[in-house]
Amino acid sequence: MNPPDATPGPRQAPAERQQLLGFYRQMVRIRQFEERVKFLFLEGTMPGTIHQCQGQEATAVGVCAALNADDFITSTFRGHGHALAKGLGVQEMLDELFGAATGCCKGKGGSMHMGNLAKGMVPGIAIVAGGVPLAAGMALAFKLKATRQVAACFFGDGAVAEGAFHEGVNMAAIWNLPVVFVCENNLYGASTRVDLVMRNTTISDRAASYGFRGETVDGNDVVAVHAAAKRAVDDCRAGRGPVLLELLTYRRTGHSRRDPCLYQGKDEREAWFQRDPIDRLAAVLTKNQPADAAALDAIKAEVDDEISAAIARARQAPQPTPDDLLTDVYA
Amino acid sequence: MKKQGIAEALRDGIAEEMKRDEAVFCLGEDIAVAGGWGGAFTVTLGLEKLFPTRMINTPIAELGFFGVATGAALMGMRPIVDVQYGDFLFLASDQIINNAAKLRYMSGGACKVPLVMRAPIGATGRGSQHAQSMERFFTGVPGLKVVAVSTAYDAKGVLKAAVRDDNPVLIFEHKLLYGSKGARAEPGAVDATSEIPDEDYTVPLDRAVVRREGRDVTVLGWLLMAHYAMHAAEALAQTGISAEVIDVRSLSPVDYETIGASVRKTGRVVIVEEGPKTGGVSAEISASIMERFGEHLQAPVARVASADVPVPFTPILENAYRPDAARIAAAVGEILR
Repeated sequence: MNPPDATPGPRQAPAERQQLLGFYRQMVRIRQFEERVKFLFLEGTMPGTIHQCQGQEATAVGVCAALNADDFITSTFRGHGHALAKGLGVQEMLDELFGAATGCCKGKGGSMHMGNLAKGMVPGIAIVAGGVPLAAGMALAFKLKATRQVAACFFGDGAVAEGAFHEGVNMAAIWNLPVVFVCENNLYGASTRVDLVMRNTTISDRAASYGFRGETVDGNDVVAVHAAAKRAVDDCRAGRGPVLLELLTYRRTGHSRRDPCLYQGKDEREAWFQRDPIDRLAAVLTKNQPADAAALDAIKAEVDDEISAAIARARQAPQPTPDDLLTDVYA
Repeated sequence: MKKQGIAEALRDGIAEEMKRDEAVFCLGEDIAVAGGWGGAFTVTLGLEKLFPTRMINTPIAELGFFGVATGAALMGMRPIVDVQYGDFLFLASDQIINNAAKLRYMSGGACKVPLVMRAPIGATGRGSQHAQSMERFFTGVPGLKVVAVSTAYDAKGVLKAAVRDDNPVLIFEHKLLYGSKGARAEPGAVDATSEIPDEDYTVPLDRAVVRREGRDVTVLGWLLMAHYAMHAAEALAQTGISAEVIDVRSLSPVDYETIGASVRKTGRVVIVEEGPKTGGVSAEISASIMERFGEHLQAPVARVASADVPVPFTPILENAYRPDAARIAAAVGEILR
């Protein structure tokens, strides 16, 4: 599978440029967040484990930018990017990662179950494909209540081998549910390459067998992802759901904390690093306006300051007490 | 008042809750086919005529539709979902245990999952895979409430309470208790009909019920075994033994207040369970009785349960497998010796 080509775009109209700068800031925020969190884990100050999304920022940002605040997403064990893109704050997420009572899940969720219902994200579902039927059910609720909301369900290439994927997607199809199934195909399920576990590696082809539309998109091109997501969301709101989006992307870091990625070929890594989603958008933004490189640097600096300040606060955030162990089990 | 069996009482209960609250809907296999069955045991028969958009027939995909129900519950609906046979809960268990039961805790209390799950169990001549007692696999799951209904009155009241509860509630029903009439009548069925009040009522999800008062021994059971315990108690009364029979009903949480009051009175306990003895719910209840009321016990807690084998098919073996009134009475005789 050849990584997609990167071609810088033309000069943008002001509104479009504002939107692209917003995408840029959000992708940089995700990248910086993940890099800083990685360091905090490695230095041993943060408990637990992490599954990170460096290199996949365009999928989260492009899809979530096509959603409204009251639309919902489901995510996976690799959910930091989705959470930030859906509007969770850096502070509530860092607090959660530090296990603090002020975290978005009061320290009971952690990295793999990041979420905030008020911001349209259920806790991350860390069982592979477990979020697929769940998202279909959320969309069924939207349909029964006639709310015009949409659910977007993030999962990886590994999830399509699960029975839950088949069952959830099929029910979304037979009931025309407003759900966008977003497959982030990063070529590896943990350490196993997609071509070892599926004969047809074009995952979007599967949509046709359920009777709905599927589309493969360059998942490292945030503009293309956003456009495809917008079409999919529009279809869902118009009663033409569901839609399956396959976003081709690449994970720069290990599957989890201690994975050195020795199974990823050097040439493959190099080729994908050349198609880094943040660099590509930066090239688009500066192509005809080289002076704006300084503006992008300023965004990076602002995001860096934002995250540094949040880390400092999260280190001091109040931890739960042992009494909190027994609360929140039943409503 | 009207006399009803469990299937009819559940049907009325579901219809009344759907009328009361538009967020209530049903999801399951073969539950809403015109000219169909109303589910495997007729519980939802005809409801699709009353609620054409809220009786949703699913593909044969238990994992999927239990996940769909959980997702809908998260978004404010109140689904009632069922499996045709309890054994199929294994297929759905990832969604039940990893999602429905845990989402509230792992969200720090933000999520609510008002989900009702129904599952028929019991050895009824169907061999090993449509027969297991499934309670044991779910009573130790934090975040779930588990209830077992043995009369029509309880079935309707528990169903209504479960629909109005903001937590996932798993209701076990027994195939030999649905009713002895109609297309789905079962050989060996036991009468579980009740006088059902005309007015709205609920049955609490955390209370056991004393079915028969007695002085000498406390017999605990649920579902079919609650009925067999009553049969045993009647036989024992002929020999001068006064057995108190408690229908445990709420399997998680267990009502140790009601059980404790009885243990203090009788000092002797026999627990009856249809599932295999090893790893059963009776093991948990027995241990808890010893922890909580050990000083009141005049004899070790006794258990009557099925053999540690898969459920057999042929009636001779099935009857040898499952506890019956005679075995319960014998265990009571033994503990009183």
